[in-house]
Amino acid sequence: MTEILANPLLTSTGRQLRREEVIVNVGPQHPATHGVLRLEAVLDGEIVVDVIPHIGYLHRCFEKHAESMTNYQQVVPYVDRMDYCAAMNMDFGYVLAVEKLLGITVPERVEYIRVIMAELQRIASHLIAAGTYGLDIGAWTPFLYMFRERERILDLFEMTCGARLLYNYMWVGGVSHDLPPGFVDKAKDFCSYFRPKVKEYNDLLSFNDIFVRRTANVGVLPAKTAIAYGCSGPVLRGSGVNFDIRRDDPYSVYNRFEWEPQIGRGERGTTGDCWDRYMVRIREMEQSINIVEQALNQIPGGNVSSAIPKRIRPNPGDVYVRTESARGELGFYIVSDGSGSPYRVKGRSPCFSNLSVIPEISRGCMVADLIAIAGSLDIVLGEVDR
Amino acid sequence: MEQFLRNIFDNDFFVYGIIGIIPLVWIIPYALFVIYLERKVSAHMQDRLGPMRTGGWHGWSQTIADMLKLLQKEDIVPAAADKKLHKIAPFVIFIGSYAAYAVIPFSSQYVGSNISLGLLYVIAISSLAVVGILMAGWASNNKWSLLGAMRAVAQIVSYEIPTILSILVVVMIAGSLNLQDINEMQSGWFWNWFIFKNFPFVFIAFIIYFIASLAETNRTPFDIPEAESELVAGYITEYSGMKFAMFMLSEFVNMFAVSAIAATIFFGGWNSPFGEFLSGPLWGVFWFLSKGMVFVFVQMWLRWTLPRLRVDQLMYVSWKVLTPWAFGCIIGVGLWMVL
Amino acid sequence: MKKYFTDIAKAVWTVLIGMKITLGHLFVPAVTIQYPDVKLKLPERARNRLFVNMDDCIGCLQCEMACPVNCITIETMKSLPTDDLGTTSTGMKKKLWVTRFDIDIAKCCYCGLCVYPCPTECIKMTEVYEFSEFERNNLLYNYVTLTQPEIDVIKTKIASSEKEQATKKAAEAQAKQTPAPPAPPRPGKDDKKGGAQKT
Repeated sequence: MTEILANPLLTSTGRQLRREEVIVNVGPQHPATHGVLRLEAVLDGEIVVDVIPHIGYLHRCFEKHAESMTNYQQVVPYVDRMDYCAAMNMDFGYVLAVEKLLGITVPERVEYIRVIMAELQRIASHLIAAGTYGLDIGAWTPFLYMFRERERILDLFEMTCGARLLYNYMWVGGVSHDLPPGFVDKAKDFCSYFRPKVKEYNDLLSFNDIFVRRTANVGVLPAKTAIAYGCSGPVLRGSGVNFDIRRDDPYSVYNRFEWEPQIGRGERGTTGDCWDRYMVRIREMEQSINIVEQALNQIPGGNVSSAIPKRIRPNPGDVYVRTESARGELGFYIVSDGSGSPYRVKGRSPCFSNLSVIPEISRGCMVADLIAIAGSLDIVLGEVDR
Repeated sequence: MEQFLRNIFDNDFFVYGIIGIIPLVWIIPYALFVIYLERKVSAHMQDRLGPMRTGGWHGWSQTIADMLKLLQKEDIVPAAADKKLHKIAPFVIFIGSYAAYAVIPFSSQYVGSNISLGLLYVIAISSLAVVGILMAGWASNNKWSLLGAMRAVAQIVSYEIPTILSILVVVMIAGSLNLQDINEMQSGWFWNWFIFKNFPFVFIAFIIYFIASLAETNRTPFDIPEAESELVAGYITEYSGMKFAMFMLSEFVNMFAVSAIAATIFFGGWNSPFGEFLSGPLWGVFWFLSKGMVFVFVQMWLRWTLPRLRVDQLMYVSWKVLTPWAFGCIIGVGLWMVL
Repeated sequence: MKKYFTDIAKAVWTVLIGMKITLGHLFVPAVTIQYPDVKLKLPERARNRLFVNMDDCIGCLQCEMACPVNCITIETMKSLPTDDLGTTSTGMKKKLWVTRFDIDIAKCCYCGLCVYPCPTECIKMTEVYEFSEFERNNLLYNYVTLTQPEIDVIKTKIASSEKEQATKKAAEAQAKQTPAPPAPPRPGKDDKKGGAQKT
């Protein structure tokens, strides 16, 4: 983690500095790295020659804790805290994995509720991503507008399960609370309220010429590189690869809704630049609103707690289940040894693979571009370090 | 004003001393007010409230509280910093901004120094801020500060060219560099203001001057030197307490100085827009200050709307957009005057 | 060349659109509420500070086992058959003295996993969210209603009853080793007693 450089002319990877180069640390305490991330940048004036990311400042031994829990249900609060900006998606991934290990199916109503919550959380997470990206670029106002919208989503969550950020809502076999009365109307109100707001964000930020100039043609990630590094989510789709786990490897009831995965087409620059990734997120928010509205119209009645098992004791074996979190492919690999507590829980974090692509795409750009690139990858350190 | 003071005191020192301090009578309350105004304007543009609690009604004494807090803060100087430079840098910047007030006419009766080279002096003395910024960045012994300072120097120096060129347009029309004369030439109704002469050339010159002045004062979209999300406050990172307050003060003083100049040379300065109605020495002060405040408000409005430009884009805008257009305006006005 | 002019025009136009939006927001009422003068009402399912109703606690340790961060510490003592601990509000007769019920609210992660297994619903998440303290030790909440002298009394009672049991057992063991002389059979009365005793 923190290396003491014996020779100040060597980077931490052992690269010898040339005379005009200087090492500058972006972070770990920095307003623009979203979390505690240290980017060791080798600069030649304003040009970035090399960038070495250092992570691990937020490692909280989540996977080790999960092994010492007495049952699978207790791991859910820990999973929440991995990616705290998209906690519902984390819950979703984990409980799907345990349910596959147990071999149980959940009632239809539970599936629909889970999809609604996951999509609302996706919108909330993209609002954070887009808002803080605007902050990095220097636009102070869209950040506050987006957080105002996010408050409405958090109010919906608080009405349902009582918490605003870390929910512990999706349980193995069901959900902790059924939807409260009035939820469907409030959620539909939110959907109709939110659509014109996206237009406002586009006017204020997305198509603003200064913003486009800062982000178009910057940090171009070719599709092959993205696939080679294992990127997923908006980072992969921004490079033009039409891959979305919700459509290509569907789980839960996603195959019953009509929506389109959004990909970057290089409208304002090259395919795979920062603007494309940002725009994929904005457009995905609109698609998520479509899914939520369709789910609210189709949701059946029923009992949400009928499938929650009393004792979770899976047969020995292992399972890997992947879901599409707000930031990419979230995978959970769970190994069970037949007892009530998990033997091993590994979270495959999408941000970890997305972050690894930074050195590749930021060579030759400027310091300001480095910040723009790091922001466009939408990294949450809680997930990278677990 | 000078005559009035000479009648009271006979001593040269007192007369000129008081003349020199009079702009401070405006600057200090203005600084307290404009920081509060910026917070309130930014808050309402962002659908929030801003300061509400200090002092009771809508937090009006927030800036006073901030001032008191900064006064009693510990002055931290980094151990390896160049202490002499670190100490005088904020004051050099303040001098550069405040000295411009010497030639700006607040009303028909008051101008600090009625020299015939008013505009040239203003442009020259406001470049002193560059030296101060470089001192601040170097003396902090911090790579980020140095980076910010160098960017700031590049920015300010390159944006002085469009500033000078657009001022040259006005000088061509007025035929004089003396600010008081320029003001007197614009007396009458508002269509006598220079901005409406030789349309559209002077209008474009005003736009160019305004954009260039945003860069001179390091306001968004040109606030790369103090880009908070990249350089954590740039060249002012290592400053705390009263020195930091001095930086903030000089930024707002500079903002008003450039707004005042814009108001003076393009919009008639202390002249009332209605001719003889509501005009006079004291009314002049009122008109002048309100025109200055309108431009300060527009600067704030732009700050909270636009993202910031990258350094090379900044340079592109200055050298390849503003400068050619300013030259175009000069040629246009020149041809207009000849033909 | 043409691109140069269209770029400038696009830049100016988008800047003006952005300025119009921010100016419009100047006249929209703010969404901030003035906490602490105005406090929002939380929904009824809000999960905030824990509360334990000790009258209903039967000392089953379910909440302690359900907590993922081990912030609940419970110690119980068995009660003697002669003690009357009362009943919970759900009608269950309490059998255990709960002598220690600590929740370290600083460790609590507010997941609510302790609420569901409680058979008497005595542990609940209230809507209190303003409970900051200046001392960290004040965040260790002790919920037991028994005072220390009472606990000591219970301890000594249990200790003495255990002693009694121990001596009784020793006496019985000794009695087994030395067989008692057989008692003469008595008519009828014993059977009736035996029957009465069974019920």
